[in-house]
Amino acid sequence: MREGVLGTSYYGGETIIQQGETGDCMYVVQSGQVEVVQKVNGGEQRLAVLETGDFFGEMALFEREVRSATVRALVDARVLKIDKKTLLRRIKEDPLLAVNLLQTMSGRIRELNTGLAHAGSESE
Amino acid sequence: MRLPSQRSVADSFSSIPLDEGTDLTLQDGSRVAVIGGGPAGSFFAYFLLKMADEIDLDLEVDIFEPRFFSRGGPSGCNHCGGIVSESLVQILAAEGINLPAEVVQRGIESYVVHMDVGSVAIQSPARESRIAALYRGNGPRGGCDLQWDSFDGYLQEMAIERGARVRPKLITAVEWENGRPRLTENDGHASVYDLVCVSAGVNSNFIGMLKDSPSGVAPPKTTRTYICEFKVGREGVHEIMGNAMHVFLLSIPRLEFAALIPKGEFVTMVMLGDELDQELVHAFLDDPTVRRCFPTDEKPVVCSCSPLINMGATKRPYGDRVVMIGDSGVTRLYKDGIGAAYRTAKAAATTAVFQGVSEESFEENYWPACKAISSDNAIGKVIFGVTTLFKHSKISRRAILRMTTLEQEQEKAPHMSSVLWNMFTGSAPYKAIFASTLHPGFIGSLVWNLAHGIRPSAGNGKAA
Repeated sequence: MREGVLGTSYYGGETIIQQGETGDCMYVVQSGQVEVVQKVNGGEQRLAVLETGDFFGEMALFEREVRSATVRALVDARVLKIDKKTLLRRIKEDPLLAVNLLQTMSGRIRELNTGLAHAGSESE
Repeated sequence: MRLPSQRSVADSFSSIPLDEGTDLTLQDGSRVAVIGGGPAGSFFAYFLLKMADEIDLDLEVDIFEPRFFSRGGPSGCNHCGGIVSESLVQILAAEGINLPAEVVQRGIESYVVHMDVGSVAIQSPARESRIAALYRGNGPRGGCDLQWDSFDGYLQEMAIERGARVRPKLITAVEWENGRPRLTENDGHASVYDLVCVSAGVNSNFIGMLKDSPSGVAPPKTTRTYICEFKVGREGVHEIMGNAMHVFLLSIPRLEFAALIPKGEFVTMVMLGDELDQELVHAFLDDPTVRRCFPTDEKPVVCSCSPLINMGATKRPYGDRVVMIGDSGVTRLYKDGIGAAYRTAKAAATTAVFQGVSEESFEENYWPACKAISSDNAIGKVIFGVTTLFKHSKISRRAILRMTTLEQEQEKAPHMSSVLWNMFTGSAPYKAIFASTLHPGFIGSLVWNLAHGIRPSAGNGKAA
């Protein structure tokens, strides 16, 4: 690991979180790229490619469900883990911090809706 | 020209009759002055402009900062140990502020606690580097490694990108014009503002002038620290320090806390204590435990300073159109000053944008954030008091070493490890640390290890 870096380094292809596992933290990409993939009909579907500053795994902060997708490093990447307890303690003091998360989650819902509408129009 | 004290700044704002119809809220075109462009000032400007932008409020923000953080040595430095705590690194990332590798001198992944009875390494509970060792300026005098950027400079750039202007001027006078602050710069230029945010720390001339005010003063209580930089070389730092911060629990009279922090080609030494002087510095450096870890005979000290730190909150860090943040207002006891700067800056900015800039608005919405820090500091004082008692007893030191070593080696429930980790890193509130010492597991294990500590041969942990 380089001296001036924070988080954990992953080689390209290395899994960061696995679909179906439990988790109690979210992650922020510090450098490199990671891909979000989901198992579909025995295969894998890529949902997104995330870059520096993007975060993932945030659903674990608000639900007790298992991870809904696998995230792996696309190239060598560095990822910072954010503890549920640390973040929720701070959100209690400063609810505006949650707005950043809501903005990203809102964007993902919008993308999902667009994708569903697109899939619906193709099947007709 | 008289400069009012911190208390009287607030009081004088309150006592001046406002013009009929003067609105104590920020409007389109309102002007905000930030005195001091360190972390508190830059965080304040950044969040103020970010939140204003979200509600389409057009503000003009001037940051008054005479230092250039791109300069190496004392002229570009803000005199600080330079640690961003584990919790702050995470929260900033959640805010979208990710500290780049050029700013972080070293990611800290463990703490090594040194005592006369032995040493023990405490690994980060998350098993990753989440503490940032950095320079507030552009590194110490004699630094030749230009690949690093200043932390304060990085935050200032963020504020500039949001639309803040940096004015490299000193404020020499504050007067009031129709209830609004009128600031005079050292070149005689004067401007009227709708809000003044004081983030000048406790070491600036601005605070000094407030302290000398004849009108009654209540500046923050301060104590002096000692910080110096040893030039060790990149390989030497890696070999001696690794990615660990080294802290010392030593029974040296007047010494409260001492740590060695690896950064690039330097090692930063930070000391806190009562009436800190050269005698105490030498007593520490000559202590056999310190010499075992870090013999300083051939390591040149290239930079040193004795800055003041805030040791007690300002009683009322706000008034109509004025708010004091960071070290100028309230900060955390001994640790995580940058975290307190972030918390107070954001609370003040949120209040100014959404609730207004009146004394009542700050009292209702900003003061609770300050009070939470102050109340936590009161618990912190108790914890540091108990630690001092433990530090002066060899049996207790043996017990702490044994308990921590067993937890780290056998991956037992990290009772003592987590208390020490959170105390040294500033990652958790003192209240949470205190609560963890009341856990039956902590008490039981401590009693058991104290009993072992009476028999030295049965109790010593391994040296890290």
